[in-house]
Amino acid sequence: MTALLVSVIASATPLLLAALGALLVEKVAVLNLGVEGMMLVGAIAGFAVAHETGNLPLALAAAIGAGMVMALLFAVLTLTLRANQTATGLALTIFGRGFSALVGAGYVGIAAPTLPRIAIPGLSDLPFVGPILFGHDPLVYVALAMVGAVAWFLYRTHAGLILRAIGDQHDAAHVLGYKVIRIRYLTVLFGGAMAGLAGAYMSLSYTPLWTQDMIAGRGWVALALVTFAAWRPFWLMIGAWLFGGIMYLSLYMQALGVPVPTALLSALPYLGTILVLVLISRDRRRIRLHRPAMLGRPFSAGG
Amino acid sequence: MLSLSPRGTASGFWRYAAPVLALALTALTTGALFAAMGRPALLTVTTFLITPLLATGGLEALLVKAAPLVMMGVGLSIAYRANVWNIGAEGQYIFGALAAGGLALALPAAPGWVIVPLLIAAGLVGGAGYALIVAWLRTRFNANEILTSLMLAYVAQYLLVYLVTGPWRDPEGFGFPQTALFSDAAGGPRLIEGSNLHLGLIFAPLIALAAWVMLGRSVLGFQFRVMGQAPRAARFAGFDENRLIWLAMAISGGLAGLAGMFEVTGNQGQLTINLGPGYGFTAIIVGFLGRLHPLGVIPAGLLLALTYLGGDAAQMNLGLSSAITGIFQGILLFCLLGSDVLISHRLQWKRRP
Repeated sequence: MTALLVSVIASATPLLLAALGALLVEKVAVLNLGVEGMMLVGAIAGFAVAHETGNLPLALAAAIGAGMVMALLFAVLTLTLRANQTATGLALTIFGRGFSALVGAGYVGIAAPTLPRIAIPGLSDLPFVGPILFGHDPLVYVALAMVGAVAWFLYRTHAGLILRAIGDQHDAAHVLGYKVIRIRYLTVLFGGAMAGLAGAYMSLSYTPLWTQDMIAGRGWVALALVTFAAWRPFWLMIGAWLFGGIMYLSLYMQALGVPVPTALLSALPYLGTILVLVLISRDRRRIRLHRPAMLGRPFSAGG
Repeated sequence: MLSLSPRGTASGFWRYAAPVLALALTALTTGALFAAMGRPALLTVTTFLITPLLATGGLEALLVKAAPLVMMGVGLSIAYRANVWNIGAEGQYIFGALAAGGLALALPAAPGWVIVPLLIAAGLVGGAGYALIVAWLRTRFNANEILTSLMLAYVAQYLLVYLVTGPWRDPEGFGFPQTALFSDAAGGPRLIEGSNLHLGLIFAPLIALAAWVMLGRSVLGFQFRVMGQAPRAARFAGFDENRLIWLAMAISGGLAGLAGMFEVTGNQGQLTINLGPGYGFTAIIVGFLGRLHPLGVIPAGLLLALTYLGGDAAQMNLGLSSAITGIFQGILLFCLLGSDVLISHRLQWKRRP
């Protein structure tokens, strides 16, 4: 039971990190479908730097930086050159896949230092809750702290209010003098940083190895989670745990030798994503209520 | 400084010049990337884009790779024109291949004139049927088709792995994850005796022509275009939005299934866990590069087919990873999307005020 919950929290963490970034980006009404690509590039950047230098903070910084460079590419195309956001996000994923495979070709099957688990003195020794809550690596705590931070930022700060205003009515925000494009740039970069970090969690903690395409659709699941959570950070956390649970379940049943073929069990998380999307999306009113009104629409000051 | 100012009307010139500019920019960017990696830039780019065409059998290989890309690119162009974002063509491709492959395995003794039409139908139905799940989820439950179609692509891949390593595995295949070989009849006639050129090479351009006529000259095509460009106008005009979504998904899925069917029966001759190098995703680039125009998809499909051959050539001649195909494709799409700004905007040199 303890091991189960620990694993669920671990498999939820990359989803949560990437989805928090995507949530903020969608709140400012930009739809970046390139999360998968940014995670892949973050994963290989973090892994490569960790392997070459052995310096984990530097590796995390590299992953964040790599995610941000990818996000910048997206921002220049969609915000400055007003390219179609859907197509550009797909391009980001296709490019990230190829780029990470090329860079990663030399890193397949070798080891890198992994993120240490931090035991919090006293708390980690508590029976039952100790190992579940207090025996993880730092990124797990970062992810949880970011849930609170993003929620606080969005709903309790002036900057968060501006961000939501731009997402719901960019023309009005522009008239009020807010720099729509600049704020969107910054938010997209934040999304890239979070996706890069999520990728690094995959390659430095979750499965501490580099394999091609190792993100395996988690970037897309993260995007689905944002819809599932109806753009609310705390629901995102619940959703990530739910999905962590489904992913763990599919691995656990394979290990138990349940008489269902491995390949079919592996498809479970993807079917789960569809099921959850269906359950959430059927309530059109609820989606319309929470969805940033300008989502995916380009803005230009000239009208 | 350089600045962008909106044009009054879209530039017809740049609509077709942008892909050419994008290709030039891509060659420059990848050249610079190789130079940064310490490779001879010019040699790498020419090895990538020109060497494959000069090799013996190069043209044949190019056409065989272009056929599925063109078929899928046409289908996706129609769907995207209608603002239906089917990005799971890879899954529909696998399903078409599974339907056709299963049938070919079940009827090993059927003569060609029986089995080939059956396989074509199976490919279409398999791909369209799988795509209609997405249409149903979208119209009945309002579920975003981008995410559901992509998730179903992963599911299809796992189903393929299950079938090929489980119930459909060739008992005499020494445990390899592959089915038995299909009969010669199932492969269909060759366009040139002894070559790899299968029937799909005739179908691909014909499908593009038919789609061009459908989009430009039929009521259905008109409805697709209106729904894509002015969804509110489509609603006021009384177009049945759900019906159009179902049709767009069925057409794009059916053509993806057909591509998968021709690939496995006409080219590979059996099912394995790897049915192709990700044609379903590359077809998205083909669609955009072809300006979402069925005829534009043909040169775009040929170019993207070349990037696969170029990746192989770079691997063999220069020892580079064939992953550069993906990089080239990604950069090409970036450059294209960036160049497209010139359709609606003018680049001007303005003095700072």
